[in-house]
Amino acid sequence: MSIQSSVEVQTEWGIVSARQAGRNLAKEIGFGGVDQARITTAISELARNIYLYAEKGEIVIEAVEETRGTQKKKGIKITAKDRGPGIKNIREVMEDGYTTSGGLGAGLPGVRRLMDDFDVDSVMEEGTTITAIKWLR
Amino acid sequence: MAESKELLHDQYANILRAYLEEQSEQGLYYAQQFSKRVLEEQISPEEVVSLHLEVLEEFFPDLPKGAHESFELLLEVMMGYGLAYREHQSLRDKTKELEAEINVAANMQQTFLPDEIPHVNGLDVGVLSVPASKMSGDYYHFVKDDHDCVGLAIADIIGKGIPAALCMSMIKYTMDSYPEQRLQPGALLENVNRVVEQNIASNMFITMMYGSYDSRTHQFNYAGAGHEPGFYYKAAEDTFEELHAKGIVLGIKRNTDYKEYQLTVEPGDFVVLLSDGVTECRTDDGFIEREAITRLIRTYQHLPAQEIVNHVFYELERAQGFQLRDDFTLIILRRNV
Ligand SMILES: Nc1ncnc2c1ncn2[C@@H]1O[C@H](COP(=O)(O)OP(=O)(O)O)[C@@H](O)[C@H]1O
Ligand SMILES: [Mg+2]
Repeated sequence: MSIQSSVEVQTEWGIVSARQAGRNLAKEIGFGGVDQARITTAISELARNIYLYAEKGEIVIEAVEETRGTQKKKGIKITAKDRGPGIKNIREVMEDGYTTSGGLGAGLPGVRRLMDDFDVDSVMEEGTTITAIKWLR
Repeated sequence: MAESKELLHDQYANILRAYLEEQSEQGLYYAQQFSKRVLEEQISPEEVVSLHLEVLEEFFPDLPKGAHESFELLLEVMMGYGLAYREHQSLRDKTKELEAEINVAANMQQTFLPDEIPHVNGLDVGVLSVPASKMSGDYYHFVKDDHDCVGLAIADIIGKGIPAALCMSMIKYTMDSYPEQRLQPGALLENVNRVVEQNIASNMFITMMYGSYDSRTHQFNYAGAGHEPGFYYKAAEDTFEELHAKGIVLGIKRNTDYKEYQLTVEPGDFVVLLSDGVTECRTDDGFIEREAITRLIRTYQHLPAQEIVNHVFYELERAQGFQLRDDFTLIILRRNV
Protein backbone atom coordinates (compact mmCIF):
# COMPACT_ATOMS: atom_id res chain seq x y z
CA MET A 1 0.00 0.00 0.00
CA SER A 2 1.23 3.44 -0.74
CA ILE A 3 -1.80 5.52 0.03
CA GLN A 4 -0.74 8.77 1.50
CA SER A 5 -2.46 12.05 1.96
CA SER A 6 -1.23 15.32 3.22
CA VAL A 7 -3.48 17.95 4.72
CA GLU A 8 -2.45 21.50 5.32
CA VAL A 9 -3.43 22.80 8.74
CA GLN A 10 -3.86 26.50 9.13
CA THR A 11 -7.47 26.86 10.17
CA GLU A 12 -9.96 24.75 12.06
CA TRP A 13 -11.16 23.55 8.65
CA GLY A 14 -7.76 22.02 8.19
CA ILE A 15 -8.19 20.14 11.44
CA VAL A 16 -11.49 18.73 10.20
CA SER A 17 -10.00 17.75 6.84
CA ALA A 18 -7.12 15.97 8.57
CA ARG A 19 -9.61 14.05 10.69
CA GLN A 20 -11.59 13.14 7.60
CA ALA A 21 -8.53 11.90 5.77
CA GLY A 22 -7.51 9.89 8.83
CA ARG A 23 -10.94 8.33 9.22
CA ASN A 24 -11.17 7.37 5.54
CA LEU A 25 -7.83 5.64 5.57
CA ALA A 26 -8.43 4.00 8.96
CA LYS A 27 -11.70 2.53 7.65
CA GLU A 28 -10.02 1.35 4.49
CA ILE A 29 -7.26 -0.38 6.44
CA GLY A 30 -9.91 -2.13 8.49
CA PHE A 31 -9.95 -0.39 11.86
CA GLY A 32 -13.16 -0.72 13.87
CA GLY A 33 -15.30 2.12 15.09
CA VAL A 34 -13.57 2.60 18.43
CA ASP A 35 -10.11 2.64 16.88
CA GLN A 36 -11.28 5.03 14.18
CA ALA A 37 -12.42 7.38 16.90
CA ARG A 38 -9.07 7.02 18.67
CA ILE A 39 -7.11 7.73 15.53
CA THR A 40 -9.16 10.79 14.65
CA THR A 41 -8.93 12.07 18.21
CA ALA A 42 -5.14 11.79 18.02
CA ILE A 43 -5.14 13.63 14.68
CA SER A 44 -7.35 16.32 16.18
CA GLU A 45 -5.00 16.90 19.07
CA LEU A 46 -1.91 17.08 16.87
CA ALA A 47 -3.58 19.32 14.32
CA ARG A 48 -4.94 21.62 17.01
CA ASN A 49 -1.47 22.00 18.44
CA ILE A 50 -0.18 23.04 15.01
CA TYR A 51 -3.06 25.49 14.64
CA LEU A 52 -2.59 26.92 18.16
CA TYR A 53 1.16 26.98 18.60
CA ALA A 54 2.79 26.89 15.19
CA GLU A 55 0.09 28.67 13.17
CA LYS A 56 0.52 26.36 10.24
CA GLY A 57 1.87 22.99 9.27
CA GLU A 58 0.74 19.73 7.77
CA ILE A 59 -0.61 16.38 8.74
CA VAL A 60 0.48 13.44 6.62
CA ILE A 61 -1.52 10.27 6.88
CA GLU A 62 -0.33 7.02 5.37
CA ALA A 63 -0.82 3.31 5.55
CA VAL A 64 2.17 1.35 6.78
CA GLU A 65 3.13 -2.29 6.84
CA GLU A 66 5.62 -4.22 8.87
CA THR A 67 6.72 -7.80 8.45
CA ARG A 68 7.97 -9.74 11.40
CA GLY A 69 8.86 -13.26 10.36
CA THR A 70 5.80 -14.50 8.58
CA GLN A 71 3.48 -12.03 10.26
CA LYS A 72 2.41 -8.95 8.42
CA LYS A 73 1.16 -6.01 10.40
CA LYS A 74 -0.88 -3.21 8.93
CA GLY A 75 -1.18 0.18 10.49
CA ILE A 76 -1.80 3.84 10.06
CA LYS A 77 0.87 6.46 10.52
CA ILE A 78 0.22 10.09 11.31
CA THR A 79 2.94 12.65 10.89
CA ALA A 80 2.38 16.19 12.16
CA LYS A 81 4.98 18.64 10.87
CA ASP A 82 5.40 22.32 11.43
CA ARG A 83 8.06 25.00 11.31
CA GLY A 84 6.80 26.70 14.43
CA PRO A 85 8.61 27.69 17.62
CA GLY A 86 9.28 24.13 18.78
CA ILE A 87 8.46 22.62 22.15
CA LYS A 88 10.77 23.84 24.88
CA ASN A 89 10.29 21.30 27.61
CA ILE A 90 9.26 18.11 25.90
CA ARG A 91 9.75 15.99 29.00
CA GLU A 92 7.37 18.11 31.05
CA VAL A 93 4.89 18.29 28.22
CA MET A 94 4.82 14.50 28.00
CA GLU A 95 3.93 14.25 31.67
CA ASP A 96 0.33 13.70 32.65
CA GLY A 97 -1.40 16.71 34.04
CA TYR A 98 0.84 19.23 32.32
CA THR A 99 -1.43 20.31 29.48
CA THR A 100 -3.15 23.64 29.62
CA SER A 101 -6.34 21.65 29.34
CA GLY A 102 -5.37 20.44 32.81
CA GLY A 103 -6.27 16.93 33.89
CA LEU A 104 -8.58 16.16 31.00
CA GLY A 105 -6.20 13.57 29.73
CA ALA A 106 -5.93 14.97 26.23
CA GLY A 107 -2.89 16.67 24.74
CA LEU A 108 0.31 14.88 23.76
CA PRO A 109 0.25 12.29 26.58
CA GLY A 110 -3.26 11.44 25.41
CA VAL A 111 -2.06 11.01 21.84
CA ARG A 112 0.66 8.68 23.02
CA ARG A 113 -1.93 6.57 24.82
CA LEU A 114 -4.34 6.48 21.91
CA MET A 115 -1.68 5.29 19.49
CA ASP A 116 0.86 2.44 19.66
CA ASP A 117 4.10 4.12 18.58
CA PHE A 118 4.86 7.71 19.32
CA ASP A 119 7.82 9.96 18.63
CA VAL A 120 8.47 13.67 19.08
CA ASP A 121 11.25 15.57 17.42
CA SER A 122 11.31 19.24 18.19
CA VAL A 123 13.98 21.88 17.74
CA MET A 124 13.56 25.35 19.17
CA GLU A 125 12.89 28.00 16.55
CA GLU A 126 12.88 25.33 13.84
CA GLY A 127 9.80 23.31 14.35
CA THR A 128 8.21 20.12 15.51
CA THR A 129 7.60 16.75 13.93
CA ILE A 130 5.47 14.25 15.73
CA THR A 131 4.82 10.77 14.39
CA ALA A 132 2.35 8.28 15.75
CA ILE A 133 1.36 4.84 14.49
CA LYS A 134 -1.55 2.64 15.35
CA TRP A 135 -1.36 -1.02 14.39
CA LEU A 136 -4.29 -3.10 13.34
CA ARG A 137 -4.82 -6.05 15.67
CA MET B 1 -7.45 -10.00 26.22
CA ALA B 2 -9.52 -10.97 23.19
CA GLU B 3 -10.96 -13.80 25.21
CA SER B 4 -12.01 -11.60 28.07
CA LYS B 5 -13.54 -9.19 25.58
CA GLU B 6 -15.70 -12.00 24.26
CA LEU B 7 -16.68 -12.92 27.78
CA LEU B 8 -17.68 -9.36 28.56
CA HIS B 9 -19.61 -9.23 25.32
CA ASP B 10 -21.59 -12.33 26.24
CA GLN B 11 -22.20 -11.10 29.75
CA TYR B 12 -23.45 -7.79 28.54
CA ALA B 13 -25.65 -9.45 25.93
CA ASN B 14 -27.28 -11.56 28.65
CA ILE B 15 -27.82 -8.60 30.93
CA LEU B 16 -29.31 -6.51 28.14
CA ARG B 17 -31.50 -9.32 26.83
CA ALA B 18 -32.93 -9.96 30.30
CA TYR B 19 -33.57 -6.30 30.85
CA LEU B 20 -35.27 -5.81 27.51
CA GLU B 21 -37.59 -8.72 28.31
CA GLU B 22 -38.52 -7.37 31.68
CA GLN B 23 -37.53 -4.00 33.05
CA SER B 24 -36.79 -5.12 36.58
CA GLU B 25 -34.71 -3.56 39.30
CA GLN B 26 -32.75 -6.78 39.38
CA GLY B 27 -31.69 -6.21 35.78
CA LEU B 28 -30.43 -2.77 36.68
CA TYR B 29 -28.57 -4.20 39.62
CA TYR B 30 -26.78 -6.60 37.25
CA ALA B 31 -25.89 -3.65 35.06
CA GLN B 32 -24.36 -1.91 38.07
CA GLN B 33 -22.30 -4.99 38.87
CA PHE B 34 -21.25 -5.14 35.24
CA SER B 35 -19.96 -1.59 35.43
CA LYS B 36 -17.65 -2.69 38.22
CA ARG B 37 -16.42 -5.52 36.05
CA VAL B 38 -15.53 -3.23 33.14
CA LEU B 39 -13.73 -0.86 35.48
CA GLU B 40 -11.76 -3.75 36.88
CA GLU B 41 -10.80 -4.81 33.38
CA GLN B 42 -9.85 -1.20 32.62
CA ILE B 43 -12.28 -0.98 29.73
CA SER B 44 -12.66 2.63 28.72
CA PRO B 45 -16.02 4.36 28.21
CA GLU B 46 -15.81 4.45 24.41
CA GLU B 47 -15.42 0.68 24.38
CA VAL B 48 -18.53 0.28 26.48
CA VAL B 49 -20.47 2.43 24.05
CA SER B 50 -19.20 0.33 21.20
CA LEU B 51 -20.08 -2.87 23.06
CA HIS B 52 -23.61 -1.63 23.56
CA LEU B 53 -24.01 -0.85 19.89
CA GLU B 54 -22.61 -4.22 18.90
CA VAL B 55 -25.04 -6.13 21.08
CA LEU B 56 -27.92 -3.89 20.09
CA GLU B 57 -27.30 -4.59 16.43
CA GLU B 58 -27.22 -8.31 17.10
CA PHE B 59 -30.63 -8.10 18.76
CA PHE B 60 -32.14 -5.74 16.21
CA PRO B 61 -30.42 -6.16 12.85
CA ASP B 62 -32.80 -3.61 11.38
CA LEU B 63 -32.20 -0.62 13.61
CA PRO B 64 -34.09 2.44 12.47
CA LYS B 65 -32.13 4.77 10.26
CA GLY B 66 -29.83 7.03 12.19
CA ALA B 67 -29.59 4.82 15.27
CA HIS B 68 -26.21 3.42 14.31
CA GLU B 69 -24.93 6.85 13.31
CA SER B 70 -26.05 8.35 16.60
CA PHE B 71 -23.76 5.92 18.36
CA GLU B 72 -20.84 7.10 16.27
CA LEU B 73 -21.47 10.53 17.66
CA LEU B 74 -21.74 9.26 21.22
CA LEU B 75 -18.50 7.33 20.75
CA GLU B 76 -16.74 10.52 19.79
CA VAL B 77 -18.15 12.32 22.81
CA MET B 78 -16.98 9.53 25.08
CA MET B 79 -13.42 9.68 23.74
CA GLY B 80 -12.60 12.53 26.08
CA TYR B 81 -13.84 10.56 29.05
CA GLY B 82 -11.72 7.65 27.93
CA LEU B 83 -8.63 9.82 27.85
CA ALA B 84 -9.35 11.39 31.21
CA TYR B 85 -9.95 7.92 32.62
CA ARG B 86 -6.60 6.65 31.39
CA GLU B 87 -4.78 9.69 32.67
CA HIS B 88 -6.43 9.18 36.01
CA GLN B 89 -5.19 5.59 36.10
CA SER B 90 -1.64 6.59 35.35
CA LEU B 91 -1.71 9.39 37.91
CA ARG B 92 -3.02 6.94 40.46
CA ASP B 93 -0.11 4.62 39.79
CA LYS B 94 2.28 7.53 40.12
CA THR B 95 0.74 8.53 43.43
CA LYS B 96 1.24 5.02 44.70
CA GLU B 97 4.89 5.10 43.71
CA LEU B 98 5.42 8.43 45.44
CA GLU B 99 3.64 7.19 48.50
CA ALA B 100 5.91 4.18 48.67
CA GLU B 101 8.96 6.44 48.45
CA ILE B 102 7.64 8.69 51.17
CA ASN B 103 6.96 5.70 53.37
CA VAL B 104 10.59 4.70 53.11
CA ALA B 105 11.66 8.25 53.96
CA ALA B 106 9.23 8.39 56.88
CA ASN B 107 10.64 5.17 58.26
CA MET B 108 14.11 6.58 57.95
CA GLN B 109 13.00 9.69 59.76
CA GLN B 110 11.78 7.59 62.65
CA THR B 111 15.36 6.49 63.20
CA PHE B 112 16.27 10.10 64.05
CA LEU B 113 14.02 9.90 67.07
CA PRO B 114 15.02 8.07 70.23
CA ASP B 115 13.73 4.52 70.06
CA GLU B 116 13.08 4.40 73.73
CA ILE B 117 12.62 6.77 76.60
CA PRO B 118 15.50 6.53 79.06
CA HIS B 119 14.55 5.10 82.38
CA VAL B 120 15.63 7.23 85.31
CA ASN B 121 14.89 6.45 88.92
CA GLY B 122 12.43 8.86 90.46
CA LEU B 123 11.40 10.26 87.10
CA ASP B 124 8.28 9.52 85.10
CA VAL B 125 8.49 10.46 81.42
CA GLY B 126 5.80 10.43 78.75
CA VAL B 127 6.28 11.34 75.08
CA LEU B 128 4.01 11.34 72.08
CA SER B 129 4.90 12.68 68.68
CA VAL B 130 2.44 12.32 65.81
CA PRO B 131 3.05 13.78 62.36
CA ALA B 132 0.13 15.48 60.58
CA SER B 133 1.12 13.72 57.39
CA LYS B 134 3.79 11.11 56.83
CA MET B 135 6.86 13.22 57.43
CA SER B 136 7.15 15.21 60.60
CA GLY B 137 8.57 18.65 61.24
CA ASP B 138 8.67 18.02 64.98
CA TYR B 139 11.73 16.63 66.60
CA TYR B 140 12.49 15.45 70.09
CA HIS B 141 15.55 14.02 71.67
CA PHE B 142 16.53 12.35 74.93
CA VAL B 143 19.90 11.55 76.38
CA LYS B 144 20.88 10.15 79.72
CA ASP B 145 24.34 10.01 81.21
CA ASP B 146 25.83 7.72 83.83
CA HIS B 147 24.80 10.02 86.67
CA ASP B 148 21.12 9.80 85.83
CA CYS B 149 21.15 13.25 84.31
CA VAL B 150 18.75 13.66 81.43
CA GLY B 151 18.87 16.05 78.53
CA LEU B 152 15.74 16.56 76.50
CA ALA B 153 14.95 18.63 73.46
CA ILE B 154 11.88 19.52 71.54
CA ALA B 155 12.15 21.31 68.22
CA ASP B 156 9.75 22.45 65.57
CA ILE B 157 10.99 23.00 62.07
CA ILE B 158 8.90 25.75 60.55
CA GLY B 159 7.41 24.30 57.46
CA LYS B 160 6.13 20.84 57.07
CA GLY B 161 6.71 17.73 55.09
CA ILE B 162 9.82 16.63 53.30
CA PRO B 163 12.00 19.79 53.56
CA ALA B 164 11.42 19.86 57.31
CA ALA B 165 12.26 16.21 57.61
CA LEU B 166 15.53 16.64 55.74
CA CYS B 167 16.46 19.42 58.11
CA MET B 168 15.83 17.23 61.08
CA SER B 169 18.76 14.95 60.42
CA MET B 170 21.07 17.92 60.75
CA ILE B 171 19.73 18.87 64.14
CA LYS B 172 20.10 15.35 65.35
CA TYR B 173 23.72 15.08 64.28
CA THR B 174 24.52 18.48 65.72
CA MET B 175 23.14 17.50 69.08
CA ASP B 176 24.95 14.20 68.97
CA SER B 177 28.22 15.94 68.35
CA TYR B 178 28.14 18.10 71.48
CA PRO B 179 27.80 15.48 74.21
CA GLU B 180 29.68 17.60 76.73
CA GLN B 181 26.98 20.25 76.55
CA ARG B 182 24.10 18.01 77.41
CA LEU B 183 23.70 19.70 80.73
CA GLN B 184 24.22 23.24 79.48
CA PRO B 185 21.07 24.13 77.60
CA GLY B 186 22.17 27.68 76.78
CA ALA B 187 25.54 26.66 75.35
CA LEU B 188 23.97 23.80 73.44
CA LEU B 189 21.45 26.07 71.75
CA GLU B 190 24.25 28.47 70.84
CA ASN B 191 26.03 25.65 69.02
CA VAL B 192 22.95 24.35 67.29
CA ASN B 193 22.13 27.90 66.24
CA ARG B 194 25.54 28.29 64.64
CA VAL B 195 25.18 25.10 62.63
CA VAL B 196 21.66 25.90 61.56
CA GLU B 197 22.53 29.45 60.60
CA GLN B 198 25.39 28.27 58.41
CA ASN B 199 23.69 25.32 56.77
CA ILE B 200 20.07 26.05 56.27
CA ALA B 201 18.37 28.12 53.61
CA SER B 202 17.47 31.51 55.03
CA ASN B 203 13.79 30.82 54.65
CA MET B 204 13.84 27.91 57.06
CA PHE B 205 13.62 28.36 60.79
CA ILE B 206 13.72 26.10 63.75
CA THR B 207 12.35 26.72 67.20
CA MET B 208 13.67 24.66 70.04
CA MET B 209 13.50 24.19 73.77
CA TYR B 210 16.23 22.30 75.52
CA GLY B 211 16.19 21.22 79.13
CA SER B 212 18.37 19.15 81.39
CA TYR B 213 17.39 17.47 84.57
CA ASP B 214 19.84 16.39 87.24
CA SER B 215 18.21 13.73 89.35
CA ARG B 216 20.79 14.16 92.11
CA THR B 217 19.95 17.80 92.75
CA HIS B 218 16.50 17.89 91.11
CA GLN B 219 17.57 20.92 89.13
CA PHE B 220 15.86 21.54 85.85
CA ASN B 221 17.80 23.93 83.60
CA TYR B 222 16.38 25.07 80.34
CA ALA B 223 16.76 27.49 77.49
CA GLY B 224 14.62 28.23 74.49
CA ALA B 225 14.92 29.49 70.95
CA GLY B 226 11.59 31.01 70.07
CA HIS B 227 9.76 27.83 70.94
CA GLU B 228 6.16 27.49 72.05
CA PRO B 229 6.26 27.92 75.86
CA GLY B 230 5.65 24.79 77.87
CA PHE B 231 4.11 24.50 81.33
CA TYR B 232 5.43 23.88 84.76
CA TYR B 233 3.15 22.22 87.25
CA LYS B 234 3.82 23.06 90.91
CA ALA B 235 2.37 20.31 93.03
CA ALA B 236 2.52 22.27 96.27
CA GLU B 237 0.30 25.01 94.87
CA ASP B 238 -1.56 22.85 92.39
CA THR B 239 -0.99 25.40 89.63
CA PHE B 240 0.35 25.51 86.09
CA GLU B 241 2.85 28.18 85.16
CA GLU B 242 4.16 29.10 81.72
CA LEU B 243 7.55 27.65 81.01
CA HIS B 244 8.80 30.52 78.97
CA ALA B 245 12.34 31.03 77.75
CA LYS B 246 13.49 34.13 75.93
CA GLY B 247 15.62 33.51 72.87
CA ILE B 248 15.62 34.10 69.16
CA VAL B 249 14.61 31.38 66.69
CA LEU B 250 17.51 29.21 65.47
CA GLY B 251 19.11 30.12 62.18
CA ILE B 252 18.51 33.85 62.12
CA LYS B 253 21.46 35.47 63.85
CA ARG B 254 24.92 34.00 63.92
CA ASN B 255 26.17 34.78 67.42
CA THR B 256 23.27 34.56 69.74
CA ASP B 257 23.21 34.02 73.47
CA TYR B 258 20.55 31.89 74.97
CA LYS B 259 19.59 32.67 78.53
CA GLU B 260 19.47 29.71 80.83
CA TYR B 261 16.72 29.32 83.41
CA GLN B 262 16.70 27.15 86.47
CA LEU B 263 13.98 25.47 88.49
CA THR B 264 14.07 23.16 91.47
CA VAL B 265 11.69 20.32 90.87
CA GLU B 266 9.77 19.21 93.96
CA PRO B 267 8.10 15.81 94.26
CA GLY B 268 4.95 15.71 92.12
CA ASP B 269 6.05 18.70 90.03
CA PHE B 270 6.20 18.23 86.31
CA VAL B 271 7.43 19.90 83.15
CA VAL B 272 5.32 19.94 79.99
CA LEU B 273 7.02 20.59 76.66
CA LEU B 274 5.02 20.85 73.49
CA SER B 275 5.06 21.85 69.84
CA ASP B 276 2.69 24.41 68.45
CA GLY B 277 0.71 21.60 66.85
CA VAL B 278 -0.67 21.05 70.33
CA THR B 279 -1.69 24.61 71.04
CA GLU B 280 -2.77 25.33 67.51
CA CYS B 281 -5.33 22.62 67.41
CA ARG B 282 -8.22 24.11 65.55
CA THR B 283 -11.73 23.03 66.23
CA ASP B 284 -14.86 24.39 64.62
CA ASP B 285 -15.02 27.00 67.39
CA GLY B 286 -11.51 28.31 66.66
CA PHE B 287 -8.13 27.68 68.22
CA ILE B 288 -7.95 25.74 71.38
CA GLU B 289 -6.77 27.81 74.32
CA ARG B 290 -3.65 26.97 76.24
CA GLU B 291 -5.85 26.75 79.30
CA ALA B 292 -7.83 24.01 77.67
CA ILE B 293 -4.63 21.99 77.46
CA THR B 294 -3.76 22.41 81.11
CA ARG B 295 -7.36 21.54 81.94
CA LEU B 296 -7.02 18.35 79.92
CA ILE B 297 -3.72 17.49 81.59
CA ARG B 298 -5.36 18.01 84.95
CA THR B 299 -8.11 15.54 84.05
CA TYR B 300 -5.57 12.78 83.56
CA GLN B 301 -2.98 13.96 86.08
CA HIS B 302 -3.45 10.93 88.32
CA LEU B 303 -2.19 8.65 85.54
CA PRO B 304 1.42 7.84 84.56
CA ALA B 305 3.03 10.47 82.30
CA GLN B 306 2.80 8.36 79.16
CA GLU B 307 -0.90 7.82 79.67
CA ILE B 308 -1.46 11.53 80.26
CA VAL B 309 0.09 12.45 76.92
CA ASN B 310 -1.81 9.65 75.17
CA HIS B 311 -5.11 10.83 76.58
CA VAL B 312 -4.47 14.50 75.88
CA PHE B 313 -3.60 13.64 72.31
CA TYR B 314 -6.71 11.55 71.86
CA GLU B 315 -8.96 14.29 73.22
CA LEU B 316 -7.40 16.97 71.01
CA GLU B 317 -7.47 14.70 67.98
CA ARG B 318 -11.13 14.01 68.61
CA ALA B 319 -11.90 17.71 69.02
CA GLN B 320 -10.52 18.20 65.50
CA GLY B 321 -12.50 15.40 63.96
CA PHE B 322 -9.43 13.14 63.84
CA GLN B 323 -7.66 15.34 61.33
CA LEU B 324 -4.36 16.78 62.50
CA ARG B 325 -3.44 20.06 60.87
CA ASP B 326 0.03 20.27 62.31
CA ASP B 327 2.59 17.88 63.73
CA PHE B 328 1.91 17.16 67.36
CA THR B 329 4.50 16.53 70.05
CA LEU B 330 3.88 16.49 73.78
CA ILE B 331 6.39 15.59 76.47
CA ILE B 332 5.79 15.31 80.21
CA LEU B 333 8.60 14.88 82.70
CA ARG B 334 7.48 14.36 86.28
CA ARG B 335 9.39 13.92 89.50
CA ASN B 336 7.80 11.06 91.35
CA VAL B 337 6.35 11.69 94.76
N1 LIG C 1 3.45 21.85 17.45
C1 LIG C 1 3.84 22.55 18.55
N2 LIG C 1 4.66 23.60 18.44
C2 LIG C 1 5.04 24.30 19.55
N3 LIG C 1 4.64 23.99 20.81
C3 LIG C 1 3.82 22.97 20.98
C4 LIG C 1 3.37 22.17 19.87
N4 LIG C 1 2.58 21.19 20.35
C5 LIG C 1 2.53 21.36 21.67
N5 LIG C 1 3.27 22.42 22.08
C6 LIG C 1 3.51 22.87 23.44
O1 LIG C 1 3.28 21.80 24.32
C7 LIG C 1 2.29 22.12 25.27
C8 LIG C 1 1.46 20.90 25.58
O2 LIG C 1 0.70 20.50 24.49
P1 LIG C 1 -0.52 19.54 24.70
O3 LIG C 1 -0.03 18.31 25.40
O4 LIG C 1 -1.21 19.34 23.41
O5 LIG C 1 -1.47 20.28 25.74
P2 LIG C 1 -2.23 21.69 25.53
O6 LIG C 1 -2.33 21.97 24.06
O7 LIG C 1 -3.57 21.46 26.17
O8 LIG C 1 -1.42 22.70 26.28
C9 LIG C 1 1.50 23.24 24.67
O9 LIG C 1 0.93 24.07 25.65
C10 LIG C 1 2.55 23.97 23.83
O10 LIG C 1 3.26 24.88 24.65
MG1 LIG D 1 -2.94 20.51 22.69
